[in-house]
Order: sequence, then C-alpha cells, then structure tokens
Amino acid sequence: MTPSTTAHEHRPPPPPVRSAPFSAAPSGSAVSSPALSVRGLSKRYGAHWALGSGQGGFDLDLPRGGLTALLGPNGAGKSTLIGLLLGLETPTQGTVQVLGTDPRQPHARTRLGALPQDLSLPATLTVRELLGLYAALYPRPLEVETVLGLCDLTALARQRASALSGGQARRLGFGLSIIGDPELLFLDEPTTAMDVQSRQIFWAGVGAMQAQGKTIVLTTHYLEEAERVADRVVVLRQGQVIADGTPETIKAGVRGATVSFRSRLSLSDLQAAPEVLEATLSHGPETDCALATVRTREPERLLAALFASGAELRELQVSRASLEEAFLTLTVGDFGQAADPQTDATFTPAVPTPGA
Amino acid sequence: MTQTLAPLSAARPTSLRMFTALLRAELLKLLRNRAFLIPSLLLPIMFFALFALPNLKGRLSGVAAGPYMLVSYAAYSLVSTAIFAFGVATATERASGWMRQLRITPASPVAYFGARIGASLLLGLGSVLLLLLFARVAGGVSLPAGQTAGVLLRLLLGMIPFALLGLAIGLGLGPAGAAPTANLINLPLMFASGIFYPLDVAPKFIQTLAPYLPAYHYGQLGWGAIGATPAGSEASHWLVLAGYSGLFAALCLWAYRRDETRRG
Repeated sequence: MTPSTTAHEHRPPPPPVRSAPFSAAPSGSAVSSPALSVRGLSKRYGAHWALGSGQGGFDLDLPRGGLTALLGPNGAGKSTLIGLLLGLETPTQGTVQVLGTDPRQPHARTRLGALPQDLSLPATLTVRELLGLYAALYPRPLEVETVLGLCDLTALARQRASALSGGQARRLGFGLSIIGDPELLFLDEPTTAMDVQSRQIFWAGVGAMQAQGKTIVLTTHYLEEAERVADRVVVLRQGQVIADGTPETIKAGVRGATVSFRSRLSLSDLQAAPEVLEATLSHGPETDCALATVRTREPERLLAALFASGAELRELQVSRASLEEAFLTLTVGDFGQAADPQTDATFTPAVPTPGA
Repeated sequence: MTQTLAPLSAARPTSLRMFTALLRAELLKLLRNRAFLIPSLLLPIMFFALFALPNLKGRLSGVAAGPYMLVSYAAYSLVSTAIFAFGVATATERASGWMRQLRITPASPVAYFGARIGASLLLGLGSVLLLLLFARVAGGVSLPAGQTAGVLLRLLLGMIPFALLGLAIGLGLGPAGAAPTANLINLPLMFASGIFYPLDVAPKFIQTLAPYLPAYHYGQLGWGAIGATPAGSEASHWLVLAGYSGLFAALCLWAYRRDETRRG
C-alpha cells in the first residue's frame, strides 16, 4: 500500500518466550484509535428492538486495555451487541468502530478474538488440529504449544473435541480465541460449564493477556467474577445501557444493602416500611421473633423509620450490596428511582436518550 | 481510518495457507466419519457387483455393456457425493454453528467453501477410482485413459446442480430431516434417469419422464464421453444442468433467507 505501511509488514513475529507469549499492545499510531467506539447504535429484528430503540441508540467508548464486563439479564441485548461488535450483524442505525475499523471488514478480524457463548467445534478434530487450523487463519499467530500450555491442554492435545468435558471444551475455546494474538478479545459467558480448576487456568490466561495491555470484553452471569476482575462494568437492560462505571461506582450508585434482624414485625409491616425492595420472614421453631431479611436501597432511612416506630430489633446485621444485588436492583427493581443523578454522575438512568 | 490499515496488509500472504489448513481439516473430518465414508465408497462398488457384473455381455446404446455401466455407477457415486458430502453436510455444519464461528476468524467464506468443495471432489474422485479398480479386477472392465479423463471431466463439473440440490434440502429441512429426504430423492432419481438400469427396459412413463430429470442429462454426458449413441447434443445436456443449477440455487437462497429471519 502506501510507503508508510510497509514498515509494519516486516514486523517480526512474537518471540516464543514462555513468560510473555503475546505481542505487546501495538505502539504508535494504532493506539490512537480506541478499542471500541459505538455511536447511536440500535438493532431491530422485525418489530422488536434488540438493542437501542426507535428514538435512539446508545453510545459506548472503550479505550485500549482493561477488562470490561457487560452485564444484563437474558434478552438485555448482550449477545446482539457482541454480534454487532464482531461484525456478524449489521446495525439498524448507528455505527460501530472496532480498533478504528468497521468490524464487518474481513481484515478487522485479524486483530479480534472471540469465545462465543455456544461454542461449536467439529467433533472429529483433535485439540491440536483445531488450534493448528486457527493458527493458520491469522497472520501472526501464537505457537500452538504455547497456547496448549496456557490453557493446560497439553495432555489432551490428541483428544478429539467430542471427548472433552464441558470445562475442557471452554478452555479450548479460549485457546482458539487467543491464538491469533488479538488486540481485542470478546469472551461471551466464558466460565459457564467450567469447574474450579478450569476457572483458575482460564483466569490466569486472561491475566496474562491483561498484563500485555490487551483489551478484554466479557459477559458473565457470575457477578462475583465481574466484581473481581473487571475495571469497568456496563449494565444493559432492554437494549439500553442503564449503568456504566467501575464495580465500586455501580454498587455505590445503587447504595443497596441487605438488613437482617429478629423482631415481632409482620411481613406486611416490613413491606410497608420505607425504601424496602424485598422482604422475607422465616419463623424459628422456638421463638415468636421471626428472622427478617430485607433488601433495601437505603438502610439508614429504613432503620431510622423502624426505630422511630418503636420496633425492637435483635441480631441486627447490615451488609453492603454486592455487585449481584446492585445488578438485581438495576435490572429487576424500579430502576428509575434507583438512579440518583444528583449524587452519582456516572449512574445513567434508563431513559432513552434521543440521539444525544 | 487509513493509518489503521497498516499492520493488516500482512494478512494477504496467508490466504493460501488458510485454504490449505481448511482443506486439510475438511479431509480429516471426512476420513474420520466412518459411518459416512465407508458406505460412500462401497455402495457404488456393491451396486456394480450386483447389477453390472452379471450383465457384462452385450451392448448398450452402441457401446459394450461393461464400460457403459461403469460410467453409470461412477455417475451414481458422484451425484451421491455432491448431494450428501457437500450439500447436506454443509447445511448441517451451518446449523451446528461452526460456520458462524469461522466467520469470527479472518477465514474468508471463499476459502471455507473452496475447502469443502475440494474435499468433496477428492472424496468423489477416490470413490470413482476405487470403482474403476474393482471393475478391472473383478470384471475385467476398463476404460482407455483418454476416455476416463473425458468422463471424469464431464461428471466432476456436472456435480454442481446436485451439490446445490443437497444444499437446498439441508437448508430447507434442517440437519435431522435432510439425509433421509435426500435419499428419498436420490435413489428414485437414479432409477428414473437410466443410471441404475438402462432406460430401454424401463416402463414407458419413466422413459417419458427421464429427459426432464437432471441425472438423465448427467448420465448422457458420461456415456457420450465413451462414444455411446447420443440422445441430444452435449450442449443441450449442459444447458439443462445449468437450468437446474439456477433453480436449485434459487431454492438455496430462499431456504437460507427463511432460516435467517426465523433465527433473528
């Protein structure tokens, strides 16, 4: 092409050094384009908006590096979004730029890796054959042996795909997603069907990619995982971004907590108390003081109201919302009220933003 | 925009490597699918042994019966390969999600389909060579090299409409229903086109029907290549096969679109 491009063509392949198998994130001009840039994106299937809406789509920017978790209940639009980001789908409205190019361009895929949610592999090919096949599809692949080691599949290299357990198959899927040494990696529900051991191996591999400055986008149902590994959490609901921030800001934005105590209060008393999202009562065998578990957005206001009513509370415990509870509050609860833009600027209410 | 294209130009020299790797994977898949491979290779030989070997004397359409029926069963073998090994199997692979998975990689659809076509052609060629070997050893039937090449050239190219037919069946009926339905179409088609036994001894209505069927014209191309009395010009046979290719391609497109909207 142009003279300025030829210097890159002769970039040496990544050295097969065991400690750092990946090539470092590219330096220079390529870095100036963000990992992801989504503008006014929406996707409609028939009359159903899987992502965005008729009034407007959503925007999402992801700089290079870091691990972003996409959360949302089934049908929130996560898979549609991933499909659009991978160039498998065409946006109804809006634009998608991945590493500075349209992902539907075939050449963009040389720099992407993806582990799909429903991995499907030819049953009769072996682990090594599949990795070798994928390696041949990318211009600067990692060594097959390196990836076998990273995914702890060396002992299973001669096994056919059909003979792998669920966790082993997911590990192979992870290996296939990284063998092209991608700059941007999508992992759709990666740890589903993985046992504890597979998970440890998998997260070590993800850590190795993170250390090289790769950008990782993850969807998961295991919220404790997102809480532990993600730098940023984007929560989707009904095709809209309803929250976007670090795990801490998301939790803080919800300010949820679980309060538990023993008291003589009835379930209807509890449900009538302020700021209660959900309440359950369990009666012990010996006492008339039932154990109440109350999920609340504002434990301070709830407890103040309960004490003011003269209720006697024993064994009182207040625990901060985990990301899981924050997630439930956002996606199930009356999220419009949960948002408090005055105190938390990163917390975006789920009102469709017409083309802002 | 333009500056980010820079590191990608290195992808170009890999397209041959891509194709070779995909072809190798397709061949391995075919060779390891014994339940499919063994019948594919043995059925033409078995039919030749059952129907042709006891009837080697005499002449058919002006040529010796042995070579004539050798061409018939080679045609049967290649039509089956096109329908099943390419058409139905490709549709099944699409339903399994493997094709979508490859779309995430830089592998081009051209390389993928090229590899599938290449593997199917090699399987068809292998089964015909086995049949030729069997005919020579068991029945002393052989074709001169020039005629063999002429037959193969025509029959391999003529596989296209049958590959599209298999694909349309697979896309339209899904992985479970495709194979039985394809059999239900393939075997009667062979009987009604004069491939399994000469049309001269067929019932009148089949003789009337045959010229409307693609496999009849496919067979005529093969028999013509060994000097059998022509039934219509070679160009007319190609024209009919091209017409059927267009029809089956349209069916594929229709079934593909219907399936895509259903998935969405």
